[in-house]
Amino acid sequence: MGTRNPQLNSNGELHHLLSTEGLPKAVIERILSTADSFINVAEREVKSVPLLRGKSVFNLFFENSTRTRTTFEIAARRLSADVFNLDIVRSSAAKGESLLDTIDNLSAMQADMFVVRHATSGAPYLIAQHVAPHIHVINAGDGRHAHPTQGLLDMYTIRHYKKDFTNLTVAIVGDILHSRVARSDIHALTTLGVPEVRAVGPLTLLPAGLEEMGLRVFTKLEEGIRGADVIIMLRLQNERMKGALLPSAQEYFSYYGLTPEKLALAKPDAIVMHPGPMNRGVEIDSRVADGAASVILPQVTFGIAVRMAALSIAASSSRMQ
Amino acid sequence: MRILITKGRVIDPASGLDRVADVCITDNRFAAVGERPADFRPDRTIDAAGLIVAPGLVDLCARMMEPGTEGALKVEMQAALAGGVTGVVCPPDTDPPLDEPGLVRMLRQSSRASAGARTYPLGALTAGLKGETLAEIETLSQTGCVAFMQTRSLPHDNSVLLQAMRYAKTFELPLWLRPVEDTLAGAGVAAAGAVAGRLGLPSIPVAAETVALQTIFELQRATGARVHICRLSSQKGIELVRLAKREGLPVTADVTIHHVHLIDVDIGYFDPRFRLDPPLRSARDRDAIIAGLADGTIDAICSDHAPIGDDDKQLPFGEAAPGATALETLLPLTLKWASENKVPLVQALAKVTSRPAEVLGEDTGRLTVGAKADVVVFDPEQSWRVTADALKSAGKTTPFSGYELQGRARYTLVGGDIRLGG
Repeated sequence: MGTRNPQLNSNGELHHLLSTEGLPKAVIERILSTADSFINVAEREVKSVPLLRGKSVFNLFFENSTRTRTTFEIAARRLSADVFNLDIVRSSAAKGESLLDTIDNLSAMQADMFVVRHATSGAPYLIAQHVAPHIHVINAGDGRHAHPTQGLLDMYTIRHYKKDFTNLTVAIVGDILHSRVARSDIHALTTLGVPEVRAVGPLTLLPAGLEEMGLRVFTKLEEGIRGADVIIMLRLQNERMKGALLPSAQEYFSYYGLTPEKLALAKPDAIVMHPGPMNRGVEIDSRVADGAASVILPQVTFGIAVRMAALSIAASSSRMQ
Repeated sequence: MRILITKGRVIDPASGLDRVADVCITDNRFAAVGERPADFRPDRTIDAAGLIVAPGLVDLCARMMEPGTEGALKVEMQAALAGGVTGVVCPPDTDPPLDEPGLVRMLRQSSRASAGARTYPLGALTAGLKGETLAEIETLSQTGCVAFMQTRSLPHDNSVLLQAMRYAKTFELPLWLRPVEDTLAGAGVAAAGAVAGRLGLPSIPVAAETVALQTIFELQRATGARVHICRLSSQKGIELVRLAKREGLPVTADVTIHHVHLIDVDIGYFDPRFRLDPPLRSARDRDAIIAGLADGTIDAICSDHAPIGDDDKQLPFGEAAPGATALETLLPLTLKWASENKVPLVQALAKVTSRPAEVLGEDTGRLTVGAKADVVVFDPEQSWRVTADALKSAGKTTPFSGYELQGRARYTLVGGDIRLGG
């Protein structure tokens, strides 16, 4: 696989979207400005553009996620692609077929693009390395590693409300250890020139190496969100309560749940984001989730446009044999 | 059969010899090293001008895939000979595990029939390697097992390890242990640190190694058992071994050749060829390995050879089988380490010849008159590219695929029998 950035073709154009890490600023900006042009498509009578007409997009979900799959499906259909959903969890993988055999079989069905969700970090890289040069791979979430379209839609949301990245303080709060969204946000924020990115959480949920990635680490929520322009709350999965990472959802909410009182420590015009699905009363208080600072539903809407942008830009690049 | 190896640069780490000399072999043992006796009339002469003549390599860990895969051992033995390896220690993590005398006898028989390197089987320390009940280690020892190993991690239950040490001490049998505390290692696939954090890979903290080492040493103090530590990986772990040796505990240790060269950053974009066990750690840990080799804390370098097929390696990083083919790269990578770190060859080769033989308590790994004539004659300058075609092993996957390495065996002799280059 080597160390060359596997996402870009030899002209530096986006060929696969695997991670926001190593994505040049110009590529991110192009995706965001292309998304702008798609925002209005949804409001038209005919909600589609013909950019991917005749192309076959396969949604390969090795891990269930109806919501993410649906947003990719809508995005691809609005680009006029033919979309095929494969629920691999219940089909070939269950029969013992190897990942690359599955990919070979689907490639033989004239696929042009694979949108991949996989429980193991790095799986989309293996697929991208394996497929024929005309096929594009979009990472829809791999293990704890990356969820680049979520990261990009978060950037789109921040840009929409804050305009400029270069004077912001962004706090990412919660289970960063297990979060592919956090990693994708961190790389994108850093690339776009955000001067202060903070990681906030108990030490059991913070991975090693955050400082090396350019973050300031806070273990107290109050300190971590003080003066912040943007607060990104992460979903806390119930299974984290089973081991020794956290004692209980109640204690987590007491110290890391975002309440209106705590939110008051951030800038007055701060926005609150969440990749969904939310656990109300665990990481976020309903009064915040439904309050004036919340931009959680606009995130979902922007997500379609950003995914349309990512799919269409990747599909337009070519890679020489 | 009398063999003369003449005009070569003879390096014998055990004696410190390093000069152009003759090596004479009569039947299967060394008859003279240095000057050729006037009355020595060889049946066969090997001209080693421009080549290095050294003891055959003794590899403290190479998986020959038997029992488990019939016919595999014969192929891997060809890889050993091509790599100048004349003695291989076979760990018991076979399928089924090497925990019964019948299996050990089969392995030895198959090994003899292969006309390859000498085989030193390690018996399973516990039945089925499950870490619960002791295997019949004294019986296995009588069948030819040289030591007893628990392969993946220490037994989950410390009392099993304590009793294993007491029982092994009863018969003066050595234990070979992986310094891995299973509850801390968990399902990790990469070393804890910035790289695993960035890639979102489940990780193994250094404490998994240091806690295991502290447990081993404390139980050694209680029992007096002899222990060989297999595959150290961390700076802190090496420091603990250094202190244990200074204290006088009966302990030796090895590292893999991969960990002498590679670090976690080399994983790049999830390259499964770099999925190894133990996981690759930081540059600081790698530097500590190099320092530990220099000061003798680390006794030996092994290949940790695992001929893994593509089906088990062409998987997402965390799902790929850990390990690499390495019998044929052990010698050139040892030379590479020596040249990059300005380690004299006589010292570098000690880590793959005389020192591992001493760990085993075997009369090999040295060019001593009367000792078994296991020899490698190699060209230290010969460049070769690591490709699937160049490798004799059934395993073709190594982090060094595509590398241009220097040093390849021309002749490999086991007990005076020319098994490569004849």
